[in-house]
Amino acid sequence: MKTKILFVLCATIVIASCATVATGPKAPTDTEIVEALKSSFKETATAKIDRLDQSELQRACSIAAEIGKDLDPKVRESLQAKALAGVKYPADNKYLGDWKRGESIAQSGRGLQFSDAANTVAGGNCYACHQIDKAEISHGNIGPTLWNYGKLRGGSEPILKYTWARIWNSHAFNACANMPRFGDAGILTEAQMKDVMALLLDPESPVNK
Amino acid sequence: MKRFIAAALALCALPLAAQQDAQKEIERYRQLLADGNPAELLEMRGEGLWKQKRGPKNVSLEQCDLGIGAGKIEGAYAQLPRYFADVDRVMDAESRIVHCQMSLQGFTREELTRRPYSLTQGERQTDHEALTAYVVGLSRGVKVALPQGHPKEKESYLRGEKMFFYKGGPYDFACSTCHGVDGQRIRLQDLPNFQKPDNAQRAFTTWPAYRVSQGAMRTMQWRLYDCFRQQRFPELAFLSQASVDLITYMGVKAQGGTMDSPAIKR
Ligand code: HEC
Ligand code: HEC
Repeated sequence: MKTKILFVLCATIVIASCATVATGPKAPTDTEIVEALKSSFKETATAKIDRLDQSELQRACSIAAEIGKDLDPKVRESLQAKALAGVKYPADNKYLGDWKRGESIAQSGRGLQFSDAANTVAGGNCYACHQIDKAEISHGNIGPTLWNYGKLRGGSEPILKYTWARIWNSHAFNACANMPRFGDAGILTEAQMKDVMALLLDPESPVNK
Repeated sequence: MKRFIAAALALCALPLAAQQDAQKEIERYRQLLADGNPAELLEMRGEGLWKQKRGPKNVSLEQCDLGIGAGKIEGAYAQLPRYFADVDRVMDAESRIVHCQMSLQGFTREELTRRPYSLTQGERQTDHEALTAYVVGLSRGVKVALPQGHPKEKESYLRGEKMFFYKGGPYDFACSTCHGVDGQRIRLQDLPNFQKPDNAQRAFTTWPAYRVSQGAMRTMQWRLYDCFRQQRFPELAFLSQASVDLITYMGVKAQGGTMDSPAIKR
């Protein structure tokens, strides 16, 4: 009896001392991260705090990037299928606008920043990530070159539709692609989309010379 | 001079039109270097402010504890962010400078955080920028060595890591979108990949920096503020948790690099 009490007593002491020693770093939970982020930003007229609420895709792709692993193939397919199903093609079935206007849209990095006024016309900032017209040497390399895009691929219906869907929501083809959803997220209007399409696909565009 | 040679070498690698642009830029660099780094003037102003009796309590900042003991500034920046027992949390250099102005001099948080950066072109640099320039300048040549022994220091790093990869907003961007791959550029600007120690070191040790394009010295918290703007997130709050945690994350990735700030940048 006595030894039993002693044993319980000892066990309690051991457990208690373990508990006080075990105050190492705690890995943050997802909720803690979202709360820490939300408390770190101020809303402006155009950029609200709800921008920090992740979509299913944003969350899956953040985790994949952090652990340096590809998405589970099933998750990837389902995210891509959802993105493709959301693409809205032009109602009048006309895909190409004015390549000259397309060039200035591709140059402009304006829009959707917290400092932008609500009536700012957003650009596509395509040159930040892509080579497009070779004459513009100030271009980034996060995306592939689009020089001679139309010349190399032609202007068939499948190419028009693929390119439109790519620009509307690039995640339809690669769930975690690092390219904004220009149509899906409402960054560009349908008319602006047609203009950048023309920049890439119109045979008259300098891109296809 | 070393910086000038590096800039000149980079110039040779560019096509002609870019070379002409870059040529102008380098001319400006050359002039600036001949006159010395303009951030040195700001460091001097910061030193004056640091030593001057100011605020409701009319004392100087000379007894400020930046983590290595009250009154010690040399090398302090290279060990920040770190845990401070008096506030029971992790602070970066900018947060700690504000903390000292509040606790020693009696300034209110409100007045210190109202306008930390001089955002408009030609605006006089703020006291915060001057004080930060002075503090970081006294870590030149010192190796980055953020302490990670306290659980809260480790937790700050772990949060910073999550935040670095956190995609959100209308563009689906995270820091890692632009700073996670080798050799990436936005337009002509090289983007450091923070998973590579040499990249992380180069980036961390050269901030705060005097930016030629803006004619002003910018702090590390401003750098994050501006990258979050490009990321299409809302407006990053000065002294916020995300600012401190991301600086901890980048600092740990840059351990062992040699501080060389305020540097001169594009
Ligand atoms: C933040 C960088 C970024 C921006 C800005 C961007 N893109 Fe992209 N783009 C990419 C990346 C990355 C890919 C490759 C996607 C992948 O990995 O699947 C891509 C792919 C593409 C493709 C498919 C290329 C092919 O070979 O099939 C097209 C077309 C395209 N982008 C057009 C545009 C246009 C037009 C704009 C401007 C409205 C634009 N991009 C803006 C990063 C960007
Ligand atoms: C849309 C792309 C983009 C995103 C997203 C982005 N940055 Fe940047 N970052 C840049 C560019 C471009 C530069 C270079 C700016 C320049 O040279 O003017 C830069 C520069 C920096 C630098 C200074 C590097 C140096 O060597 O001077 C640091 C540090 C940095 N970013 C950290 C971050 C962190 C942390 C995040 C996430 C909060 C982030 N960035 C998100 C584009 C981005």
